[in-house]
Amino acid sequence: MIPDVNSLYGPLDPAPDAGWSAAGPRMGFFTDTSVCIGCKACEVACKEWNAVPDSGFDLLGMSYDNTGALTANSWRHVAFIEQPLPAGHRTPPFAGNPTGGSVSAASAAVAAGTGNPTGTQPGVPPGAPSAAARMTGGVPADVLGAPTRAVTANGAGSMPADGAPAGSAAGNGAATTNGAQFLGMPGAQPPGRGSGAESRTDFRWLMMSDVCKHCTHAACLDVCPTGSLFRTEFGTVVVQEDICNGCGYCISACPYGVIDQRKDDGRAWKCTLCYDRLGAGMTPACAQACPTESIQYGPLDELRERAAQRVAALHERGVPEARLYGHDPTDGVGGDGAFFLLLDQPEVYGLPPDPVVTTRDLPRMYKRAGLAALAMAAAAVAAFVGGSS
Amino acid sequence: MSPDRAPVGALFRRFRDRLASEGPERPSVSGGHGAKQSGRFAEAGGSRATGTGAGVARTDAGAAEAGLAPQPPRDVPPTERRRGGRRKGGGGEQLNVPPAEFTSYYGRPVLKAPVWKWDIAAYLFTGGLAAGSSLLAAGGQLTGRPALRRAGRVTSLAAVTTSAYFLINDLGRPSRFHHMLRVAKLTSPMSVGTWILSAFGPAAGVAAIAEAAPWLPERGVLGLGRRLLPPVGHAAGLAAAATAPLLATYTGVLLADTAVPSWHEAYPELPMIFAGSALASGAGVGLLTAPTDQAGPARRFAVAGAAMELWGSHRVENRLGLLSEPYAEGTPGRLLKAGRALTAAGVVGALIGRRNRALSAVSGAALLAASVCTRFGIFHGGVASAKDPRYTVVPQRERADRRAAEQG
Repeated sequence: MIPDVNSLYGPLDPAPDAGWSAAGPRMGFFTDTSVCIGCKACEVACKEWNAVPDSGFDLLGMSYDNTGALTANSWRHVAFIEQPLPAGHRTPPFAGNPTGGSVSAASAAVAAGTGNPTGTQPGVPPGAPSAAARMTGGVPADVLGAPTRAVTANGAGSMPADGAPAGSAAGNGAATTNGAQFLGMPGAQPPGRGSGAESRTDFRWLMMSDVCKHCTHAACLDVCPTGSLFRTEFGTVVVQEDICNGCGYCISACPYGVIDQRKDDGRAWKCTLCYDRLGAGMTPACAQACPTESIQYGPLDELRERAAQRVAALHERGVPEARLYGHDPTDGVGGDGAFFLLLDQPEVYGLPPDPVVTTRDLPRMYKRAGLAALAMAAAAVAAFVGGSS
Repeated sequence: MSPDRAPVGALFRRFRDRLASEGPERPSVSGGHGAKQSGRFAEAGGSRATGTGAGVARTDAGAAEAGLAPQPPRDVPPTERRRGGRRKGGGGEQLNVPPAEFTSYYGRPVLKAPVWKWDIAAYLFTGGLAAGSSLLAAGGQLTGRPALRRAGRVTSLAAVTTSAYFLINDLGRPSRFHHMLRVAKLTSPMSVGTWILSAFGPAAGVAAIAEAAPWLPERGVLGLGRRLLPPVGHAAGLAAAATAPLLATYTGVLLADTAVPSWHEAYPELPMIFAGSALASGAGVGLLTAPTDQAGPARRFAVAGAAMELWGSHRVENRLGLLSEPYAEGTPGRLLKAGRALTAAGVVGALIGRRNRALSAVSGAALLAASVCTRFGIFHGGVASAKDPRYTVVPQRERADRRAAEQG
């Protein structure tokens, strides 16, 4: 079979390219985060169906997300973002409601160093404290309980230069703390209670159920030296656990940081898009369990159409920040089999903003290696042919 | 839940204790500290933000409030950082890279850092050593320098055996190492490397065993071996030398063909660095073992290898902008600096010590040490770049914004 010119990069239907002669339509997920309520039913359903071991029971202290990341023992991960942000401008009925941020820069900085005994590596590695603090948007709070002075975050003169919608920048306006003791949990009482109404701030919650993207150009599959990772007839990417020898190459290759290694058995594990259920014509466990249809399963073409309509509808209803992620077959990984509707930049959710499959550059890499090998051989020959000192 | 597990929430009690103990050091918002912070913040220049669209957290205010420097490098202890800053007159980045602001998910890494342990860094060295010394052995064999031939062949076998040990030991399931031989996949540099190693290893082994021919008795079956081994070893040595440059350079592709930012973007240079490092380590073997009258080629190996390696590592430390940073800071930075110094010392020693056996041997040892340092430096530099979300998000965000601007 002659490989497609787009075998390494570009738009492609992956299942026929992998040699499936009678492949059906490519199946995938569309995760609409605008209706995600962060209930984590998907995480639980996935664990139940796939018999995924526990991923630690500690609290991470950064938000209501205590899973932390996709790992070998968490094939769905519900990201939970809590940030001080005026939300009233887009939800008029709630504009007057007092709320209060329950995370602070200081607690976020500390929580960046937490981990969970996931039983995997790298598992949920610690983050950069400064980046975590920045992410919570500069609402100062004294974690030890002493109330801090009100500080205006934009007093530092750092408003963004580009045309962001007025009032949407983080920490815009006077922000004060609620002075609650930091218990390692994001708020033990309703936001804003315990301090005067005048000191309350707005905040936002973003929730997203993350999963393996089942890329069109899957770097993990490309670099797997044993053939353990393979492309299914549904266009998804699955690890064969009886083949995997735990070399770890897929883990470094994944541009989304999805695949991970179990410490006790040494093999790499990730979402299979419930290959066993798909074969029986069933819906994957997470999509089946999702109570709000945030996770939708179906033929990818259909899902892309539906997603485009959903974005248009949201834009019409005054949610201009709605955008699709991973839907475009011309992007760096040839489009994802599992794509998302997001309400902010992908990096806010811990997704890479512009992932590119590493094997796109593989022909050039081999060329450079060939040149280096020739240079090395030439140097060796010259060393022996040259003078006799 | 097993009874030996810490009770739920123990982590947070530790947290709170840590916070309580660190409390006094944490700069408060009011007073002189606050003034200093805003000064530092203004200097960090929020306007140099890389832009994150529908605006969250574009400022470093949060970091400043939490009592953190805007850009703490992960591997540099705070004290050292401060020292560096003072020397440079305050606030200056060591590289001309603007402090990059970026949005992240609670500062957590986007990528999974390589799970490869130090075995793989060590393999980079032993694989290169095997390649360099088998080239040296083949040259010695063709030009009548028996000392180079013998030392090269024996080192090559030892190094390639150690390599196999490191590679298998690093697997999550070492007993399944042979699954590597199920397929031959061009898209997987590890598969390509497996086959290169499978060709090189036996050839290097036969060549080394052939060195035992003189110890065999002259009569009987073993006597036949004594007569047959040298020509077989000759052919095997040439076969090993033919695959050696591939063995030395494929490891560059192995590291570059990952999502690890500082490895991937260094793909034009990594094979050249590793080829140079392999030549230099081969030179080290020659200088350590061969008498000075036979070590001439080894000295020229050293010069060529050093030139290739220094060119390459200079490029990765300067060409990649933000992604050069992990190679210049912390442990990887120190390792690469040490590697450079040892390489330079080894080359100089090899050139001026051409009549001095002791000085040649010391230079050889320096070259071997340099190769170890360079390999571990490159390895850990890449790992550091995968652990910090900055190196993933900032270049990609810039690329995405540039493309969006081009499309209008």
